[in-house]
Amino acid sequence: MTTKEYESYYVPSQSHWPIVGAVALFLIAVGAGNYVSTLNSGEGGIGGYILLAGVCLVIYMLYGWFSNVINESMAGKYSHQMDNSFRQGMSWFIFSEVMFFAAFFGALFYARTLSVPWLGGADNNAMTGAVLWPEFVASWPLLVTPDGTETTQMGWYGLPLINTILLLTSSITAHLAHSALEKDNRKMLKIWLGFTILLGVVFLFLQVVEYMHGYSEEMKLYLTSGIYGSTFYLLTGFHGMHVTLGTIMLIVVFLRVLKGHFTPTNAFAFEAASWYWHFVDVVWVILFVFVYIV
Amino acid sequence: MTTDVIEQESHDDHHDDHKMKGIKRWLYTTNHKDIGTLYLWFAFIMLLTGGALAMVIRAELFQPGLQIVEPDFFNQLTTVHGLIMVFGAIMPAFTGFANWMIPMMVGAPDMALPRMNNWSFWILPFAFAILLSTFFMESGAPNFGWTFYAPLSTTYSNGSTAFFVFAVHIMGISSIMGAINIVVTIMNMRAPGMTYMKMPLFVWTFFITAYLLIAVMPVLAGVVTMLLTDTYFGTSFFDAAGGGDPVLFQHLFWFFGHPEVYIMILPAFGIVSTIIPAFARKKLFGYSSMVYATASIALLSFIVWAHHMFTTGMPLFGELFFMYCTMLIAVPTGVKVFNWVATMWRGSMSFETPMLFSIAFVILFTIGGFSGLMLALTPVDFQYHDTYFVVAHFHYVLVTGSLFSIYAGAYFWLPKWTGHMYNESLAKWHFWCSLVSVNLLFFPMHFLGLAGMPRRIPDYALQFADFNKWVSIGGFAFGLSQLIFLAVVIKCIRGGEKAPAKPWDGAEGLEWTVASPAPYHTFSTPPKID
Repeated sequence: MTTKEYESYYVPSQSHWPIVGAVALFLIAVGAGNYVSTLNSGEGGIGGYILLAGVCLVIYMLYGWFSNVINESMAGKYSHQMDNSFRQGMSWFIFSEVMFFAAFFGALFYARTLSVPWLGGADNNAMTGAVLWPEFVASWPLLVTPDGTETTQMGWYGLPLINTILLLTSSITAHLAHSALEKDNRKMLKIWLGFTILLGVVFLFLQVVEYMHGYSEEMKLYLTSGIYGSTFYLLTGFHGMHVTLGTIMLIVVFLRVLKGHFTPTNAFAFEAASWYWHFVDVVWVILFVFVYIV
Repeated sequence: MTTDVIEQESHDDHHDDHKMKGIKRWLYTTNHKDIGTLYLWFAFIMLLTGGALAMVIRAELFQPGLQIVEPDFFNQLTTVHGLIMVFGAIMPAFTGFANWMIPMMVGAPDMALPRMNNWSFWILPFAFAILLSTFFMESGAPNFGWTFYAPLSTTYSNGSTAFFVFAVHIMGISSIMGAINIVVTIMNMRAPGMTYMKMPLFVWTFFITAYLLIAVMPVLAGVVTMLLTDTYFGTSFFDAAGGGDPVLFQHLFWFFGHPEVYIMILPAFGIVSTIIPAFARKKLFGYSSMVYATASIALLSFIVWAHHMFTTGMPLFGELFFMYCTMLIAVPTGVKVFNWVATMWRGSMSFETPMLFSIAFVILFTIGGFSGLMLALTPVDFQYHDTYFVVAHFHYVLVTGSLFSIYAGAYFWLPKWTGHMYNESLAKWHFWCSLVSVNLLFFPMHFLGLAGMPRRIPDYALQFADFNKWVSIGGFAFGLSQLIFLAVVIKCIRGGEKAPAKPWDGAEGLEWTVASPAPYHTFSTPPKID
């Protein structure tokens, strides 16, 4: 099961980073709660500032915490078993992210196959349709909601297709970077990793352009445009947030590569970031199929 | 017995930490025993807080008519009582057990990711501070029930909903990180030779529970996020006028919610399966069938969620599917109850407090299981739904089930935690007072529900008055009885008879091979398992 000779497992000494992180999350929750609550009333609260303070504190905490971990790793304190703990921890974290997206995809499929047809009178819901909104015609994407809000469909060609190609390419470059690392080819590693980050940034930029297009007078695709707008923005939005997080991870890894970190056998952070990147990519492919095309 | 106590070398070179003094020890700690203690104390404080809210509820319901609180405030009380007991008391208590015991039971030096372990704990008090602070806001606390059904929690919610959502997010983050730590510790940190099927059943149940947590807590995060955007950003997930559906909320919520109830009972199975063999002085009957039964219950928990929604409306096929799947859960649960009874069969039994709570668990949890089986039947559920029968059912499984197992476990391991024996006679007082009062509290609720008393109301029809009076008396007695437990624990920490390494002669497991109290660091080098 484990190696015959026991390598001792590094149990870190006391750390103040978790409690800093706890305070940061507290500030974020209080700030965001306050900010959101006062959003519609118009009276400006201090929530936004508390939220900002919390975010800054989280960045400070992550910087300090990861510095500690990286220093310990570079000092050779981590055993093979420790490496396994990190790997398994990261895998289960990604699994939890899969389940988070599953909730939103579940909502999408529920709306498409059940709630929208039912509102149109499908199955035994003829009376629902007749009594509530007799004019309503079920369709997907839902461009006219039961209460009459109108919107337009975001096509799959154009920006979304380009973005799909960008992300798929970035998955390949991330893999090429990994292969280069395994062959200890530092130059190619830097090039491919740099390309991956660049593709991620361009993807995010195009996503912003697409949102601006969606929010234009011409398209009128808003968060408030019924279930189509809700699922569209929440799914692509949370995906975009994850791409942002993945890009930040890759940038940190890139900086570490520049500093000469990672060897072919010891590169957990690199692999974790690239697993995360592939995960984000897979989510996009599913999203592209079910949000844009079908 | 003290001969096989393994003397742990006090400090290896890689343990460059010494126990800090004062508050910093607890704030900065990476030690699984410290963090376990923090979780257990936090859970107990939350239990008393949630209990205090329940006392107000029972005082209001002592007689018909509105006496003490306004209906809206009554709704806030039931909501926050439920949230606190589920997320603040039962779940952290089990995580506390996991932290304290799993590394010792598998022969690991600590949890796999000790700093993250600290973070998982310390974000919890902040989350509950936010939740409780809503009582002091202008709008009042959340008032839509702990299940926060849309549109009560969207269109008709009060101004504190955003704080509720973010508090739940933090609780979810805490649970996910705690669960990842448990999974990784068990998969990666077992002593050489401890194969999966040699792990104590306690470890198995926490292992499976942790998987459930990782799978469903993110879904809870998703559903509260949709609730947030529906309420404040104009999305239409749960709004039919925009093409959504309030019923979607219930599906998503219960997809989290049903595994959640097993998250709160599987660890209880693990604790009871540890204690009954110890005091029956026999090996656990049917160890491997226990493992498979636990796994089956966990798997089935993903395909039964809509039995909470029989009256909400769904296609007939759905009603039948969820009814039969739910009834199927009785099979592995029956295997477990059979195995506990078979373990006691012809055992050389003694009845110390942990065993008393465990036996009470087996009987009273089974009552809760049977009322669950009644609720699983779609046609009769139309009568029971949203009545006090449901309240009786889930309090039997959560209080006389989960909470009793937590008490059983606490008494069982208190000598290991503190190094002192607890006061047995005071503990027996705690048990008998709790046992009598808890049944006075919850048993008549079955009759109230069958007679048609709805749940979540501050006032009721006159014919329910007698039962409600007795229920309230049982409630106050049960609440006060828990202070005996507090007294036992404090006495036990401050002193008492010195506990040997293995105070229970029938107990098995690695945790009994180290001294009592357990040294700050145990198994810095793993023990050999044959």
